[in-house]
Amino acid sequence: MAQEATSNTAAGAWSGAAHGLPASVSKAGDFTRLLPAAGPLVLLIIWDIVVRFGLIKAILLPPPLETMQTLISGMLGGALLHDFWVTLYRTLVAFAVAVALGMPLGIALGSNERAYQSVEFVVDFFRSTPASALIPLFLLIFGTSDINKIAIACFGAWLLIVFNCAYGVINARKQRIAAAKVMGASRWQIFKDVLIWESLQASFVGLRSAVSMALVIVVVAEMFIGSESGLGHKIINAQQVMNTKMMYAAIMSAGILGYALNIAFLAIERKIVHWSGR
Amino acid sequence: MTKVINAPLFIDVPRPQFRPGPHGTHITIRGLTKYFAGWPLYENFDLDIPKGKIVSIFGPNGCGKSTLINMIAGLIPIDSGEILFDGKSLKDTTIGYVFQNYREALFPWWRTIDNIAYPLKLMGKSKAEVDHRLEELVESFDVKFDLNRYPYELSGGQQQTASIMRALAPNPEVLFLDEPFSALDFEMTLFIREKLQEVFMKTHTTMMLVSHDLEEAVYLADQILLLTKRPTSIADILHYDDARPRTTATLSEPSFIATKKQSLEIFQREVRK
Repeated sequence: MAQEATSNTAAGAWSGAAHGLPASVSKAGDFTRLLPAAGPLVLLIIWDIVVRFGLIKAILLPPPLETMQTLISGMLGGALLHDFWVTLYRTLVAFAVAVALGMPLGIALGSNERAYQSVEFVVDFFRSTPASALIPLFLLIFGTSDINKIAIACFGAWLLIVFNCAYGVINARKQRIAAAKVMGASRWQIFKDVLIWESLQASFVGLRSAVSMALVIVVVAEMFIGSESGLGHKIINAQQVMNTKMMYAAIMSAGILGYALNIAFLAIERKIVHWSGR
Repeated sequence: MTKVINAPLFIDVPRPQFRPGPHGTHITIRGLTKYFAGWPLYENFDLDIPKGKIVSIFGPNGCGKSTLINMIAGLIPIDSGEILFDGKSLKDTTIGYVFQNYREALFPWWRTIDNIAYPLKLMGKSKAEVDHRLEELVESFDVKFDLNRYPYELSGGQQQTASIMRALAPNPEVLFLDEPFSALDFEMTLFIREKLQEVFMKTHTTMMLVSHDLEEAVYLADQILLLTKRPTSIADILHYDDARPRTTATLSEPSFIATKKQSLEIFQREVRK
């Protein structure tokens, strides 16, 4: 009985869909395209309701529209924009140095099993140590300069890059290496024509987490290391003077920065590692 | 007065005299020994592979068919023994190798055409020479798909065709094929098998084929090398001389059926041992 009923409804639904195919497909298509907007919209509505009904004090949570205005005017040449650029600049410099120092080392370690085994523990240990725990140490070494924020972010990103590049080389498909070997490729040719390419997929995982890590550390460092600029500085400053509108706006722009960096790296990855997942 | 105590003792073990294979031998294997985890896989194994013939290797599971061609191709190190190609060592010999898993044989970061050209570039050939050879290959394989695509954009059969073209590009003296059809559908298997036979009739490249399909092994072969269970030795070498090109009609020839039957009997005898 039950089986019959299900098959009936299934058939009914199926034929219904088949009849109204052109119209329903295009409607469904429009609707699906709007789905990603649902989350932010719901969030804004809840935020608005919470503020409107005074569930949270206005001093702790400003109304969403005003916060958005602060964000937009701030980003369009206001005070926020400068801090945004400073944070982006620090993150990218830290990241670039980490790539320049980390990628060659990671690939070299990955292609030399003994070297990798001898440093594996050290890399794993510091990779697992929260980089923010090292901020005081870096303060001692570099003082409260701009270099300090970049140096510590660079260190955290560097470890991730070293680890992932080495991992990518170590896990290169053995058969591709064999294929090159059988064609008479030298060790150097196998390295540059196979190993480096094979490692790219894992390397990009490392690059993406490294840029996120660099951003996190830069923002934290800007908060606590006598800073004059940057989003971290902006957030802590706004909080100190209870300018919550600006605080929320600065938090959001930090979010925008992190999200944009992630999207950009995914796009670059898709372009360079075009064979990934195929 | 001075006298060395416990002087190292040297015993001159004369190296066994190298015994060349019969006339027309291409690859001579002498005293090949390979242990896996303390157990002998090959021990003092001798084999002659004739020049310009296709040798199919067939034997029980785990007897080391692929290991044998991998050792000859230099992909797996041998414990001891000697393998010579027309008296030369492997490093002076051009070989081609076709893997079963075509997905992990081609390099997806390059276009298919660059994959096929890679062994030629490794040999330091000029752009003109490479282009000329590629044209030859495309013509002889009658390629109908776009070689400017990346390997992952091609079907399995097309990828394996490209793998074979890459292996043949440098005009190898020996072509190794490790179950080249196992991952393909039947239609593609037939197509590539015929292409392979065509190429062989044109070039007479020595080929070693590992196959788990007895019909296919016999169909392509001049010799069927039947192996025993490990420690592996030669159970028998059967000759199969039907004229090429062999076709579907060949499959019902008495000589084909007889060779296949005999191979099967030897195989079953070895498995039961």
